[in-house]
Amino acid sequence: MAFQEGQQNSKPAGPVRNETLHVGIAEQQLKTIQRDVPATEPPPLGPNADLNVIGKPTRRWDGKAKVTGAARYTADIRLPGMLYGRMVNASVPYAKVLSIDTSAAERYPGVKAVYVITHIDGNAELRDKSKEIRSQYPIVRYAGQPVAAVAAVSPQIADDAAKLVKVAYQEFPFVIDRDVARQADAPLVYPGPADQAGTAGGGGGPKNVPQVGNVHGPAEKQVGYVKEGFADAEITVEARFTTQVQTHSALETHGFVADWKPDGLTVYASTQSTSSVREELAYVFKLPKSKVRVITEYMGGGFGAKFGAGNPGVVATYLSQKANAPVWLMLDRKEEHLSVGNRPDSDQELKIGAKKDGTLTAMQLVSYGTAGTGTGAGCSGPVVNMYECKNKWTREYDVFTNAGPGAAFRAPGHPQGCFALEQAIDELAERLDIDPLDLRDKIDANPQRRVERKLGREKFGWSERRRPNSDSGPVKRGIGVAQAVWYRIVNLDSAAEVRLSKDGSIELMSAVQDIGGGIKTVLAQVVAEEFGLNPDEVMIRIGDTRYPVGPPSGGSMTTASITPAARNAAYRLKREFFEAVAPALNASPDDLYFSNGSLRSKSSSSLSLSLRQAAGKMKTEELSVRANRIPDYSGKMPRTGATTLGGVHFAEVSVDTEACRVHVERVLAVQDCGRPMNPLALESQINGGVLQGISYALYENRVLNHARGLMVNANLEQYKVVGSVETPKIEVFVIQDYQGQSSTDAYGIGEPATMATSAAIANAFYNATGVRIRQLPMTPSNVFAALGKNGSTLA
Amino acid sequence: MNRFSFVDCTSVEDALGHLGAGAEVKAGGIDVLDRLKEGLDQPEKIINIRNVQGLSGIEVSNGLRIGPLVTLAEVSEHEAVKRDYTALSHAASHAATPQIRNVATIGGNLLQRPRCWYFRHAEFPCRRKGGEICFAQDGENQYHAIFDNHTCAIVAPSTLAVPLIALGAQLELTSKDGKRTVPLEKFYLTPEQNVTREHSLRPGELLTAILIPATSRNTKSAYQKYAEKDSHDWPIADAAVVLEMDGSTIRKSSIVLGAAAPTPMRATAAEAVLNGKVLSERVARQAGKAAMEGATPLAHNGYKIGLFHTAIYRTVLFAGGMMGRDRSAVGGEV
Repeated sequence: MAFQEGQQNSKPAGPVRNETLHVGIAEQQLKTIQRDVPATEPPPLGPNADLNVIGKPTRRWDGKAKVTGAARYTADIRLPGMLYGRMVNASVPYAKVLSIDTSAAERYPGVKAVYVITHIDGNAELRDKSKEIRSQYPIVRYAGQPVAAVAAVSPQIADDAAKLVKVAYQEFPFVIDRDVARQADAPLVYPGPADQAGTAGGGGGPKNVPQVGNVHGPAEKQVGYVKEGFADAEITVEARFTTQVQTHSALETHGFVADWKPDGLTVYASTQSTSSVREELAYVFKLPKSKVRVITEYMGGGFGAKFGAGNPGVVATYLSQKANAPVWLMLDRKEEHLSVGNRPDSDQELKIGAKKDGTLTAMQLVSYGTAGTGTGAGCSGPVVNMYECKNKWTREYDVFTNAGPGAAFRAPGHPQGCFALEQAIDELAERLDIDPLDLRDKIDANPQRRVERKLGREKFGWSERRRPNSDSGPVKRGIGVAQAVWYRIVNLDSAAEVRLSKDGSIELMSAVQDIGGGIKTVLAQVVAEEFGLNPDEVMIRIGDTRYPVGPPSGGSMTTASITPAARNAAYRLKREFFEAVAPALNASPDDLYFSNGSLRSKSSSSLSLSLRQAAGKMKTEELSVRANRIPDYSGKMPRTGATTLGGVHFAEVSVDTEACRVHVERVLAVQDCGRPMNPLALESQINGGVLQGISYALYENRVLNHARGLMVNANLEQYKVVGSVETPKIEVFVIQDYQGQSSTDAYGIGEPATMATSAAIANAFYNATGVRIRQLPMTPSNVFAALGKNGSTLA
Repeated sequence: MNRFSFVDCTSVEDALGHLGAGAEVKAGGIDVLDRLKEGLDQPEKIINIRNVQGLSGIEVSNGLRIGPLVTLAEVSEHEAVKRDYTALSHAASHAATPQIRNVATIGGNLLQRPRCWYFRHAEFPCRRKGGEICFAQDGENQYHAIFDNHTCAIVAPSTLAVPLIALGAQLELTSKDGKRTVPLEKFYLTPEQNVTREHSLRPGELLTAILIPATSRNTKSAYQKYAEKDSHDWPIADAAVVLEMDGSTIRKSSIVLGAAAPTPMRATAAEAVLNGKVLSERVARQAGKAAMEGATPLAHNGYKIGLFHTAIYRTVLFAGGMMGRDRSAVGGEV
């Protein structure tokens, strides 16, 4: 993948044009700056107030198809002669497979193919492969690891046949608990140092760090000298925080329909990156990319776990190859919990030193976390990126356990890190007797956060915040705040083609997929803005690698990456169109413009044609322009400090200290994402981020049994996800933050929307009860433990 | 799920004729389907009694006669139930989800199998499935029983059994040999009595009615369920309270706890505290405390003792009209 590279304020290559761009925060003050932009760029868009379609609340382009069931998701695909696949999964957490007897399954009527897996994707790989335990088959390192698969004429037959595959195991002692795995005598998950590759969406951990036993790391980051910083401190705050493993639990499970044909492979995939699925399948099956087509017309969520083909995509393709028929393979909910990713847990020791005026002098974090058989449990992002401090030292350790590998999960590491850091900042404010928002104003100069805090303070009613534990009864109310930062990630492998036909119809094509955030709608808005149309008059065709390459939907990069390409293509198409029809209209191309759905001319007020009428004057059947994302105008943005993306969350809770229940009463999320493109979709996505944050804070928890190494709640009944009744009042406010960096100046919201929620709830918990809750999730059991000595009237 | 034959019965006689080894009865099918999907049950035959005549409807005459096919939604909305058997209405209206309550039957609710995550997981050969081990004893037991939990630590799964026992309900059980009536309180089996079965329905018997004695004008009752969340969750503590009031004095009380023990648990110590006392928060809290004496929590479920204190005292106050439905109980007012 080509992420943008270069130095800040670097000059664009090639011819440039000096442009006047709006920058700043509309809710505060906008100003203009001069900046050289590539000459091929369209004129800058004005602020949203000056636009017709972009920035206006716009209903989901494909909403009707979704709510009526017309939308075809991967699970809905039916092809002629299609077979149904089913995985055979390991029932033990750590073992060598001695034998796999597929004969009964192969004989079973209706079975068309049985495939024995030869390589497992997702687990870490040994640096020295010769150290691997000698085995004919991949070593089983977690319960639920796929071993084989079958394809049959019906799902029922596939289920039956999968049970007939007999696998003999030589079991090894295993370890599933992070703390146990750290001990010197713990069973070793890998017989040597191992690293996880990670995916297009992040995940994976640091490579080539030390590994002792199961402990992989540290990955270290250091600026200044914390020892001096702590010596300089007038106050220190130090605490330990723990968080749980969360599984992605997207509504739609991982799934593929693979159709292997002599002339190429077509795969319908529930993926957040058509490009990375194509790349992986081309690599595994030694096909040119031109012979691999990946289609994702609709998908039901991924949250970071759906990059690449992974085991299900590769296995579905092998089965299709072997059976010479299309194969449908959707994982079930249990497999979804076990084998396709999770957010690692964490055990964080955080220490902060400060002056009495709040100035931070030192920040130190040591974290251990388990991503099961993978890595990527680091959670130093917030400490490294959020606040200015001269002395920082972070050490992150991954701890291998015999559990399913972690995967990128909506802001990898950040909800965990925020939960610790933002509680420590809250505690620092408390001990210094400074208002938590005032303290952040002092130590965080980021202009977006400053405005967000100010707006949040007013909108939330922060001035009504009381001293901790102000209620005398068993039910205590409180409010809290937390903030989070994310990166402005742009992927240059982002392209779009826009076509105009002689009948005036217009369509946009890109391989980019809609993970659910609503990028189709935003693309329609971008094209509609240029042509004076309504968004639903633009045909959007995305999620197919036959179209120009699209970015992965991860890292909150989709909107930032693809919308400038779409606008550039639409703008240039418009110019070509004006030039094509100008002679027939006796007009100069430069005089033509669209207004309220009509083609008008600056030089002739009588000209007013619909797009259809005007396009009829084209000499050719079609005009088409393709454009790519170019780097941000000032080059790559720094990852920390003043240029971070992010948001501030405010939460009000009531804590029932006798029922040990936390009720989230309301949440206010104040966010920034550059230019807000579709406020309606943004509100929806932020609602989802807040809800996922609440779910993480209060409910979700993967529970493994210590005796057998099996997950006991691999369903959506005992793995508890926030529901309708627990949904509080959520208010969303998105500031208009103009950076003057691209032809749309848009950034993403997916990750920033969820990072700070659990920390805001934890700080509200403290304000309510006067007790810190440093362990997630805040279940009655953990609330009872936190209140134990300090507050429960029943303890 | 295994393959099975499906018999659609229209009469009790018809259904009784099909009962036997390898056959399983399905009413709403909620719990049966879960068990089939996990492979816990592999019946040769499913006897669908959903369309059996005479097992539906609620009759009001000197008490209640509730057909086992009455759905939880119908129970919760029935005017006489709401008025005179309030605790039952509360329990039926807060079980599971609205969609499930529209399909799940009261009979199925009473006869469902435990939700213990070891029992529900085919890979755990636990005692209740005929194995040697109760995995909850040394395992992850945060939702398990805090009383009578040393043989098998399941909690009784039926929400509706809790108020029904408090209201003195009986079951009418029908076989080819005739009918018998059993107090619901005596119907359930402790793990010591039989670790692989939760109740004493005999082979060849069908549950044909739930009978509840009439309540008086002075009867007040309530049920509250405490869980980790309000939408679709199982109780970690729940209590049904029936009070026979004499002015502000409790003449007689009946308190039953769910999610405390392998069978619905009559809290006689709590009843003794209340009986003869003027209802007050102090007395209600004493009752909650008394009920928890003798608890034997496991490594991770000690917190449930405090939760039961709360569930009991608040439900006593709710029944007595001294408190509204608790915000922290499922269905509580915000």
